This record gives sequence, structure tokens and C-alpha cells, in this order.
Amino acid sequence: MSKTKKQLLTTGALILLGICILWAQSNFNNYTLRILNLSAIYAILGVSLNLIFGFTGQFSLGHAGFMAIGAYTTSLLIIPKYYKEMTFLIEPLIWPFSVLQLPFIVALLLGGLFAAIFAIIIGLPVLRLRGDYLGIATLGFAEIIRVIANNIPQITNGALGLKGIPAYTNLWWTLGFTVFTIFVIKRLIASSYGRALMAIRENEIAAEAIGVSLTYHKVMSFTVSAFFAGIGGGLLASLLTTIDPRAFMFVMTFNILIVVVIGGLGSITGTVIAAFLFNFMLEYLRPIEQGFDLGFISFPEIPGLRMVTFSLALLVVIIYNQNGLMGKLEFTWQGLFDFIDRIKNPKNSDEKGVS
Amino acid sequence: MDIFLQNLANGLSLGSLYALIAIGYTMVYGILRLINFAHGEIFMLGAYFLYYGVLIFNLPWWLSFIVAVILTAIAGMLTERFAYRPLRKAPRISILISAIGVSFFLQNAGIVVFSGVPKSFHRPAIFDHMFIFGNIRISSITFASIVISLIFLMGLLFIVYRTKTGLAMRAISTDIETARLMAVNVDQTISITFAIGSALAAVGGILWALKYPQIFPLMGMIPGLKAFIAAVLGGIGNIFGAMIGGFILGMAEILLVGFMPQLSGYRDAFAFLILIIILLFKPDGLMGKNVQEKV
Amino acid sequence: MKKKILFFVLMGLFILSSVVVAQDVIKIGVFEPMTGPFAVGGELSMQGYRLAQMQNPTVLGKKIELVVVDNKSDKVEAANAVSRLVNHNDVVAILGSYSSGLTIPGAEVANKAKVPMVVATATNPLVTMGKEYIYRACFIDPFQGSALAKYTYNNLGIKKAAMLVDVAQDYSVGLANFYNRTYKELGGEIVSNLKYQTGDQDFSAQMTQITSTDAGALFFPGYFGDVALIATQGRELGFKGVYMGGDTLDNPKLLEIAGEHAEGVVATTFYHPDAPAATEASQIFIDEFIKEYDEEPNAVSVMTYDAYNLLISAIEKAGSTDADAIKDALASTEDFVGAGGTITIDDMGNAIRPAVVIKVVNGEFVYEATIQP
Repeated sequence: MSKTKKQLLTTGALILLGICILWAQSNFNNYTLRILNLSAIYAILGVSLNLIFGFTGQFSLGHAGFMAIGAYTTSLLIIPKYYKEMTFLIEPLIWPFSVLQLPFIVALLLGGLFAAIFAIIIGLPVLRLRGDYLGIATLGFAEIIRVIANNIPQITNGALGLKGIPAYTNLWWTLGFTVFTIFVIKRLIASSYGRALMAIRENEIAAEAIGVSLTYHKVMSFTVSAFFAGIGGGLLASLLTTIDPRAFMFVMTFNILIVVVIGGLGSITGTVIAAFLFNFMLEYLRPIEQGFDLGFISFPEIPGLRMVTFSLALLVVIIYNQNGLMGKLEFTWQGLFDFIDRIKNPKNSDEKGVS
Repeated sequence: MDIFLQNLANGLSLGSLYALIAIGYTMVYGILRLINFAHGEIFMLGAYFLYYGVLIFNLPWWLSFIVAVILTAIAGMLTERFAYRPLRKAPRISILISAIGVSFFLQNAGIVVFSGVPKSFHRPAIFDHMFIFGNIRISSITFASIVISLIFLMGLLFIVYRTKTGLAMRAISTDIETARLMAVNVDQTISITFAIGSALAAVGGILWALKYPQIFPLMGMIPGLKAFIAAVLGGIGNIFGAMIGGFILGMAEILLVGFMPQLSGYRDAFAFLILIIILLFKPDGLMGKNVQEKV
Repeated sequence: MKKKILFFVLMGLFILSSVVVAQDVIKIGVFEPMTGPFAVGGELSMQGYRLAQMQNPTVLGKKIELVVVDNKSDKVEAANAVSRLVNHNDVVAILGSYSSGLTIPGAEVANKAKVPMVVATATNPLVTMGKEYIYRACFIDPFQGSALAKYTYNNLGIKKAAMLVDVAQDYSVGLANFYNRTYKELGGEIVSNLKYQTGDQDFSAQMTQITSTDAGALFFPGYFGDVALIATQGRELGFKGVYMGGDTLDNPKLLEIAGEHAEGVVATTFYHPDAPAATEASQIFIDEFIKEYDEEPNAVSVMTYDAYNLLISAIEKAGSTDADAIKDALASTEDFVGAGGTITIDDMGNAIRPAVVIKVVNGEFVYEATIQP
């Protein structure tokens, strides 16, 4: 298939997505929109974690920390002055946050930037660690950020959290940034940098031997990943309109990690599918613990049953799909046409194989 | 001076509990290279089994202690059988997600079965006793946990270095495939490892509940995380290192609050900070072997 | 492949089961932490709602259906849960949630969707601030904190106190702040102000430090589980001062966990059967509660019981399920007779009601004093 044709198809798909968003924004109720937004944010977070984890092979558990930095920065830059004066009950907010108010897009990008700067600072020393040691060190940094957020009320309002964050987040923002994230990370992976990252994932020593700078590439991948985590955090803050440090506990990182692994480590398509599956499943499972009345027999509500079912489903999926739903496969137009082709002419399927 | 000594005693007491849980953590890691996030939940099960043994079945204390430890060991073996064994050939990260899944499952099953309401854990009178030396007060549980930790450490070192099973464990830990070729029964040995690790978690959980007499389904989360830090601090996979790591962590946490009370809000961050600093200087933990990767 | 199909079939079943046949009922949403660290709060809250629903099952001639959703003690889930109640279940009004941290994001969603909400036990001032559809049946922390501080300084005559605050809980931080302010204004001195975080179970270092000061009282505005452990470890380490706390301590579990170490704990709460604020509804509530659950009622259940009845009476007064009519009826509440005392709503949407001071004596909460607003 020619390159122009692919680009044409992609443009077409994006326009279709735009029409869908336009339709969804006015026809879906707020609840469905909320879950869709949340899923899209998870997709941004998942794809960015996949870059450092799936493509570079570095076991980073620090995503919640970068999200927290992005969320706080964005929020502090967009909350109206009036709300800041009202909600900072313990200590007043310090300058310059107390007077600044910026457009959402600038605040989001600054949130991402702050997260990225922080990633460079901690990445330089920490990325020398290997495997599980790196995992626990990054997890540690995320927890340290959370604990610090609890202890500096003059910036974060401590456990009281930030309130009155304007609800700018809608599908245009979330899905727009999902597309942007996928675009940037796909381009990065296809570039020579991406080759270097995958070389590091496969074998660090071999990569170094052929002249790939380990520190440079690892830190770069970590920083890009943190940038998008920060933006995801900012979008989440504006979706929730209130945040506090508890929202960024290590369970948050685990959720994103689950999305990445269920989707397939190293598959962007898989991550996006898993992000939507994860959030919609959690919501669809709600009725099972609500208890129901069949007229002749009524079942009482059983709190916790939803999460029990969810964790069992998670176990089943991971045990029967050890490489995730998509493995390392990606969605491509070629693959789609081959698939359609195979459905039309089932006889040919053996010759073509899987793309 | 009194305050310092008192804090030292507090640190020993907390450290011995961390050490006990960390040993179980590190054993499982040493064999499977698996961060068993469900260890904290196994720890919780131990405390609940004892609680129900005493309360519902009216068993005497010593008997329900034994029953609880055995049941927890079985629970640990079952998690390995159903959640980890099918994934033995899968990428390591899949097993980790499986461990997170087991952890979520046990926490929420705990809420469904035991209810989310904390239960009060009544301790026998002997553990209510406080020893008073001058102005220093030490609970009898502190002595019990130190003694028990040491006994288990000795027992473990014996098993690992002086028995055939231990030899098999060390063989698997070095190279699982070669061990299999050498006719080591891999599945059985891993089962035994989980049983021992879980039994240790149960003992830790019970001692923890005796010291902090409140049990609830999420009680394992923070101690589990701290024990994990302790295990990494000492060099993950190293039993003796886990013990040292546990004591260092307990002591450091207490002394931070003791000497710099204004920083008491940063206590949990401090545990991680110590860990990161140590890892930066000794990337494999205090006692860990520095494994040079072969080219 | 078969297993995959089975999996999707199961998922399909779950989706189908969510389609419920519509009936002629009035739906009221409840969002409470049924799982997670606050599960106990959710459980106690449900006892009150259920009892009230049993006694008052209808309004405007229609059956009331409580739609209960779990918020997992998590803020994101709390906002999702309220959004689901509003958009998916089409509830008329909402009740909840146990803690302030969970109520605030939920209240944001409800207020924006213009669905009235009655809050039972969340005491942080930010819950109702600037939200015209949100009302509450309890007092707020600035009042509670200053009431406690005055009680410490004036009634108990203690001039030096220590504080141990959970920095990860908005309730704890807020209440500590209001206590601190009033206590210092009165001329008292906070000799030690220490912190901990939710999930910590070892307080020996903090209590060793506090014991070494000459504090006559320790104020710990945490949740009862943590407080029970603090009280136990403090006494074991030789702390002899008075323990003081807020409404979260009025809970039978505190006595059960801390046992003899809870002796002498002083706390403010919403109601006590011996308090003069108790109404004719109080005795009915206590009798029915004991009959239904076979245990002594707790302050949380009283408040959720009253919140339910307050909402129902507002719907009755409004004469319709129109959100604005209910909102206006709630705003004009005056001298509503609840089991926990009479409730009048002020122009901020908060209840004006006295705080009751209780103390643990011989393993039971006894009435000490009433502090008027």
C-alpha cells in the first residue's frame, strides 16, 4: 500500500473521529462522557508508560508522581483567584501561583514541562539502576512527591487538596491529546531514537557496544514519558475539578501498569483498547454488587463484589493472554485490509498469515 | 538520654516486625525473581485466621496460632498454584500483574468475607505486659518479636543451606532451567518456598496484630510496602540482608520522628529516601551480590 | 479461543443485568465508601439510611428506592459514582458521603447537574461552600474545632496541649487547624504538633516525643481506627494527659479496639441520648435501632438517619420531585425534629446545631456537656 494512501486513510479516520466527538459531546449524557474522558486520559497515561516500559524496557513505577506534578501545576494555573482565596484555609497560597491565571492549553503544557524537568532530575541518577531496583526507586520517588504534597500546604493546600478547578476537560481535549500522544510516540519509535530505545530494551550491553548512549536515550525516553504523564494528570484534574495527594497513590500507577500489560507491552493499539476496556468494565460491573430484586427472591447488596470480580477477570485475562490482548501487534491499515480480505476469501488465509 | 533509649527500643520493636515480613518477601523473590505484591495480603490473612480461630472456634491461643500459620501457608501455596504457576514461561511483567491482581482480589474478598469494618484483636494478658527499666518502657511483644524473628532466621538459614530442599531452592534461584535438567522438582520446591514465605508472613501478621490490636482487610498494604523496601535495602533475595534491612528501616523511621519531630509528616517519604540513597551507592542493596551481566 | 468467548459472554451478561425494568418509584441515590479504608464509615452510614427507609418507605405516595453506589473510598470513583446516579439512574436527590474528601468531588458533580444533595457527616466547610444544591445535617469543623479548644482551655483548665494530626486526611488537617487557632487565641500553648499519615500503625516515636513534653492533653483529630492505636501506644509509653478528638471518635469500635486505653477520651459529637438536645424522635430511633441491628446506635447512623428524613420531608414540602423545589424546601428548613436534635439550615446550607461533648467512662460514652453555637 502506498504511503499517500495510508496518509489519506489516516486523515479520513481523524475526520471521522472528529465527527464522532461532535456527535458524542451533544448526545451522550455526562456520565458516559465522563467515562469516555477518563478512558482517553488512561490511554494517554498508558501510551506514555508504554514508551519507557514497553519500548525502552525500563521498569518505571513512577507515573503517579509525574501525574501529580502535572495535575497540581495545571490546576494552580487555571483555578480562578477567588477560589484560591477561599479554599486555602491553612496557609495562603504563595506567589506567583496566587495571582497567575493562564489559558488551559498553556497550563497543560507547563504541567507536562514541569513533570518532564523533574523526570530529568531524578532520571539522571536513578536510571542507572536495573530491573526491579529501578522499579522500587521510581515508585519511591512517586510516593515522596505525594508525601511532600501533603506537607506543603502553602502550595498544595495539603490534604485539603485543590478545589474549584475549572472543568475544561472534554472529549476534544482528551481524545485530541490521545491522538497527539500516539502521533509523537509513534514518530519517536519509528525514528533512529526509537531503534536505539528498542536496542536498549533487547540488550543494554550490546546496545552500548554499538555506540548507543544508554544514559542519554534512557533519560530522553523517561522525560518524554513524564511529559505526557503530566499532561494526563492535568486533564484528569480538570475532569475531576478537585484533587488531593491521595489521588496519586501507587495504586494509580498500578492501574496504568495493568492497562499497559493487558493491552500488550510494546503495543500502542493494545494500550488504547485496554484503557477503554478497563474503565468501562469497572463501571459495567457496578450492578453486580447493588443487589437486585427478582420479585420472588431478592439479593442483598454485597460491597466489594465488584472489585472481586474485576480482579478475577484481570487474573483470567493475564493468565490466558500472557502477552496481553495485542501482544506486540499494532493496528495498521495493511493489517485491516488483509483482515477484511481474509474474511472475504477464507481460503487464502493460510498463505497471507498475520500481519 | 531516656528519650533516645526509648526510641531505640521502639525502633528495635518496629524493625523486628519489618524484618520478619521482609524475610518472607525476599525468599519468594530469591527463587522466582517475582515481586510478590500479594505478600501484604497473605500477612493480613494470617491475622484473620487467628482471629477467627480464637473467636469462632474457641481454640486455645497456641493451637489457633499453629492452625492460622498452616492455613496461611496453604493459602500462599494456592496463590502460587493458580496465579503464578500458569505464568512461569510468560514475561516477568505478566507475573507481576498477576501478583497485583491477587493482591486486589484478596483485599476485596477480605472486604466481602470479613467486612471492611476493623476488628479488635484481643491479645492474651501476657502480651499486655510492659517491662519498665527506669524510664524506658518495652512491651513484651517487642521481646517476643525479636526472639521469634531470630529463631525463624536460624531455621531458614538451616533449611536453605543444610537441607536438600534448600539446595534445590538455591539451584532454582541460580538457574531454573538447568535445575530442572538436574532433576530438581521445580514445582514442588517453589510450592515449599511459598509455603515457608507465607508462614513467615502469617507469623508477622499475628505479631503485628498483637502489637497494633486492630485488623482490617487493607492492613497489609503499608507493612507489605515497608517490608518490600526493607528487602530491597538489604539486597533482595538475601535472607540475612532482609533482616538487616528491616531493622535499619524501623530504626530510621523512629529516629527521624524522635530527633526531628517537625519532620514527622515526612516519615513515609524518609523510608523511600533512605532506600534510594543506598541504591545509588550500592545498586544491589547492602548485602546483595553484584551480578555482572554476561555479554 | 473458547475461553475468550466465554469471557466475552460473561461480560455481555453483566451489561445486560444493568438494564433494569422501570417502576413507578422515587429514586434517591446514596454514594458511600462501601469498600476501601472508609468501608466502616459506609457501613455505619447505611445502617441509618436503611432504618429510616424502613420507617419512611414512601413519599408523595410513591415508593422510595435507594440506589446505593460504592465510591471505593476514592475521589475519582466518588465523582464517577455521583455522575452515574445523576445520568444513569436518574435519581431525584442524593445522600452521602461519609468523609469530606469523598463528598466534595461528588458534591461538585451534583451541584453542576442541579441535583439536590443532603450530606450527613462530612464536616469540612468546603463541602457546601458556593454550592446552592448542597445541604448538610451536621455542624462544620470551624465550630467543632473551636468548641473543643474552648472545652480544653476553659472547662478542663488545660493550658498546654499537644496535637497529632493525620496529614493525609482533609478532615484531620482542617479540624486541627481550627482547634489550634482558637486554643492559641484563648492563651493556650501547643507544645508539640506532630504528624502521621493514613495507613501508619506505629506511633511509638510520636508518642515518646509527646510524653516527654508537659502537655496536659493530646488532641488527635483522626479516624477512630488510628486514634485507637494512638491511644493504646500512648498509654503504654506512659502518657498521662487527656485524650481529645472530634466526631469520628463517637464509635463503638474505638472502645472495642483501644479497650481500657480509651478510658477518659473526650470527644465532640452530634448527639447523645442523655443530652438535652435529644428529641422525642431520639428514643424511637434508639429503640428501633437496637431492635434492628442488635447493637447500640452510633453518631454516624443517627446523622444519616436524620439526613434521609430531612430530605424526605423536604420532598414532601416541595410537593414534587422538581430539583429547584426540593432545593428551596431544604434551604428553608427550620426546627426540623431529627433523632439527633433539631436542625435549622443557615444561608450557607449548613445545619446550626449544638455540639455534644462526651467522655469514655467505664468503657461507655457518657454525656458531659453541650456547647451552643
